[in-house]
Order: sequence, then C-alpha cells, then structure tokens
Amino acid sequence: MGVEIKVDDLTKSFGKQLIWGDVSLTIPAGEICVMLGPSGTGKSVFLKTLIGLIKPDKGSILIEGTDIASCSEKDLYEIRKLFGVLFQDGAMFGSMNLYDNVAFPLREHTKKSESEVRDVVMEKMDLVGLVGSEDKLPGEISGGMRKRAGLARALVLDPEIVLFDEPDSGLDPVRTAFLNQLIVDLNAQIDATFLIVTHDINTARTVPDNIGLLYHRHLAMFGPREMLLSSEEPVVRQFLNAQKVGPIGMSEEKDADELAAEQGQELPPLPPIPMQLDPSNGVPRRSQRPPGEWCAAHGVTPPPGSFESSNAGLAPGA
Amino acid sequence: MSSLTASRALAPVGAAGKLFAFALDVARASVRRPFQLREFIQQAWFIASVTIVPTALVAIPFGAVIALQVGGLIKQFGAQSFTGSASVLAVIQQAAPIGTALLIAGAGGSAIAADLGARKIREELDAMMVLGIDPIHRLVVPRVLACMLVAFFLNGMVSVVGVAGGYVFNVVLQDGTPGAYVASFTALAQLPDLWIGLFKALVFGLIAAIVASYKGMNAGGGPKGVGDAVNESVVITFLLLFVANFVLSMIYLQVVPPKTG
Repeated sequence: MGVEIKVDDLTKSFGKQLIWGDVSLTIPAGEICVMLGPSGTGKSVFLKTLIGLIKPDKGSILIEGTDIASCSEKDLYEIRKLFGVLFQDGAMFGSMNLYDNVAFPLREHTKKSESEVRDVVMEKMDLVGLVGSEDKLPGEISGGMRKRAGLARALVLDPEIVLFDEPDSGLDPVRTAFLNQLIVDLNAQIDATFLIVTHDINTARTVPDNIGLLYHRHLAMFGPREMLLSSEEPVVRQFLNAQKVGPIGMSEEKDADELAAEQGQELPPLPPIPMQLDPSNGVPRRSQRPPGEWCAAHGVTPPPGSFESSNAGLAPGA
Repeated sequence: MSSLTASRALAPVGAAGKLFAFALDVARASVRRPFQLREFIQQAWFIASVTIVPTALVAIPFGAVIALQVGGLIKQFGAQSFTGSASVLAVIQQAAPIGTALLIAGAGGSAIAADLGARKIREELDAMMVLGIDPIHRLVVPRVLACMLVAFFLNGMVSVVGVAGGYVFNVVLQDGTPGAYVASFTALAQLPDLWIGLFKALVFGLIAAIVASYKGMNAGGGPKGVGDAVNESVVITFLLLFVANFVLSMIYLQVVPPKTG
C-alpha cells in the first residue's frame, strides 16, 4: 500500500553552484506525484537524491523511519529494495536480453527457482506489453520498448515506491499517452507511491494527484493537482500553461528589461482544468479524488469549462 | 584566490586518494559472499581472448631483440657460453612482466574501462545500485581477479615464447650452439627469478584492473567521457606499472642475492 516519503529542508550544490535549496515536501503514500521544472533545474538530481545515488548537502529524506541522506551504505542497499526506478533510457543491461534483464533483480535478491522467476518475469512482461520480445537485446529495440522493459524490471520486486525519470522524453505523443495510461493503471493495481519527473505539460495536467514545481533553485509550489492548475502564481501559471509571458525566460530567468517590457501585457486567461486520467477499467484509483473536490473545498472557482474533457486547456504557445 | 590555488595544487593528491579509497572498497568487497563466479569466468575468458594473440606476437620480437642485444654484447666480452643464461634472466625478470603489463593495460584495461564507462553513462550502474546490487562487488571484483589471473598466465606465456624466440635467433642468426644456450640456462638464472616475474605480473594485473575500473566507473559527460576515461586509464596504468616494476625490481635485487657462477 505504498510508502510515504518525507523530504525536509533538502539542499544540494555542485561546487559553488546551488542546484536547489530548502526543498521540503511530503509525497503521500499510494498517490501519483509529478515533479515539474524547466530544463536544468535539477529534477533528475532530485530523483537521484531520493534513492541515495547523490548525497544532499543538508536536510533529510525519511522513508519508513530511515533517513536516506545520512544512513549507512548497508541500510541504503536495504531500503532501495523498496524502490523501483525507471531511468530515462531504461538503463537496461546491454549484455543481457530483455528476459534476463527483468529476471536480474529476482536472481540476485531472491531464492526463487527458475520456474518461479519465469512466472514473475512473464507476468511483468505481459503488464507492459512486451511478451514475445524476451529474447531481444536492448540494442535491438526501440526507445519506447526499452522504457517499457525498464518499467518491467523496476516492478519485478513489487516496489512500494516507483520513480520515473522523464518517462515521456523521446517518445511520440501516442506512445506517451499509452505510457501515461499504463502508469495510471499500474497505480490502481499495485497502490505504490509514484513520483514522475518530467517537463511534459500534458502528463503533468492529466496524470497526477499532486504536482510540484522546481524553479529558480527552490521548490516553487507543491500541492494537489487542482491547486496548481488553478493557481494565479506567475511561475506556476506560466509553466503549467506553456506560456512565454511570465518570469521564466530562455535562460532560467528573464532580466529586468524583459520583465518591464511585459508589464502591460495581459495574461491569457487560465485554461480549463482537464479531467484526471482514469484507469482503463473505469474504476477510480484508491488515491483518486473526485474532480473539483479540492476547488470546492477551498472556495476556488475553477476556470470555465473545467472537468469536462480530458484534454482541455492545452493551448501551446498561447 | 589563495584557497583556489591551494585546491588546484592539491587536486592530484585528492585524485590519488580517491583511487586508493576505491582500491580499498574493492578489497573489502572481494571477501564478501557470494563470489560472482560466473562473471569471473566470463571476464577471465574475455580478457584472455583480447590479450593472448597480441601478447604472443609481442613476445617473439621482444625475446629476439634481447637475444640479439645480449648476444652481441656478450660476444664482445668473450662469454658466449653465458648467452642463454643472460637472455633467460632478462626475459623472465623484466621482459615478461613488462610485456604482460603493456598488453594487460593496453588491451585488457582499456576494454574494462570502456565497458564500465559505457555502463556508467547509460545509467546501468545507477540502475544496478538502485536494484540493491553493489557494482563494485558484482562487476569490479570479478574483473580485478580475472585480470590478475590472466596476467599471471600471460607472464608464463611471454616467458616461454620469449625464451624460445631468443633461442631461435641465437642459434640461427648468431651461430650460437644449441647445447650451450640451453645448458647455460641455470648458470645465472635461479628459481626466485621466476617467482618475482610471476609476482610482478599479479601486481600489474591488479593495478591495471583497479585503475581501469575506477576510471570507467567515474566516466562522465556522454560518449566523449568514455573515450577520455579509456585514454586516461591506459596512460595512468602505464605510468603506475613502470614505477611498480622499478620498485619491485629494486627490492628483489636487494633481497635475493644474484647467483654466482
């Protein structure tokens, strides 16, 4: 039933360059969260810090009472068994075929017999739709298939937390849509905690329960999907609606002149909030909240036309 | 500013320290069970397959050059009867370990660095750590041990091929007598000369594999990073191997007295 991740006051810099500072958030158990941010704001660094591949300078990451940031190497290897991670390019072991890749964690960590291994591997391969490709080498298949194979490997130890590093990078829109549907279905099925790092707006708008936005070396906002999608906060508003008007420029921040030039410009109205992606069997996920609940509870009027269509509000370049 | 200069000046010390710390990690992981036997055998086979042929081809001219050089020199001294012994001494004590070192570093080490470097930039090593598996234990330890084993055997092969090559050149080209060449083998050479040669080969295999693994696992910045890692690992390994060879030879010559008559 998923595990909560409590991040407190996390800070990381490489040399003198601060990547992000004072990041505090709680990723609720069993929910899908998306971490957004312009390119180069350290989203991947954040993800790698969560699994202890990078040590933060300050702060703590609590998972089931263990602090990833300060625990011993041995505890770290132990706690990582709770995780499944999908890396950007799948990170499949190039010397093994897909079957051996997916079976690898089982063979290393469990005493399962080969026939039991086979059952689990085939189940996961079926889940990601790769049955029939077991004998292929990672070099012989497309990027989308590599990602799905990476997902199968990440799921094979029944993780409590699944991290996705840009699942949609390098995929065409159709495959991205399928992958997003797969993520939602998986969450409905295994109830693990999901964290997706991406800069794909469509994914961010329709998939998660919660959204976080990393910007300008800090966490600009983290909260329920509807809170961010209806937010008037300039950075959040600009990024989630892919607009040019706002504080984010081509190179990180706009300078004073550019901002002054935008002074008089009127912001386009907030686009309607789309429906959240439902699992393909139509039964809402355990952590899914009814559309409009947050807005109603906090007295926020959602933009007109909200919650009517699943691809509402996509107005690129507006 | 002063701190910047200091940190620049001390950077090589830091790099050496990190390499040494890595070596200690490998040593610690090498006693951890379960031992990765499969990976070890695969790697030993792989390293042997990329080094055997070049090593043999290098060993023949190596032995021949020594035979020609030593043979010519010894003729001037009028001590032709010792040609065999002198060339055996030179081949077994110096040429075999050095030839092994060149090939282990150049062929074996570069292959290890390239392999681990490619895994590093494809995030395979990260993925492995996330799956709860220590890459040092799973990948590096078998490679280091395999490299040592192969270096040990390569050294034996270079010795045999080198001595045989020396024999051919001495007998065919320098009109030496086969009997004298073979009979004088043990006149100056002794058994500890063979041991030190084999010991050197083990040490060279260890150094080459550790440096290559360290450089490979710390490759960064895309495909160019892998190329750089391979390049650096070969250069650093060569430097370290020649220093190690010098130190070991010095100690050996002090500890074991040369055989007289």
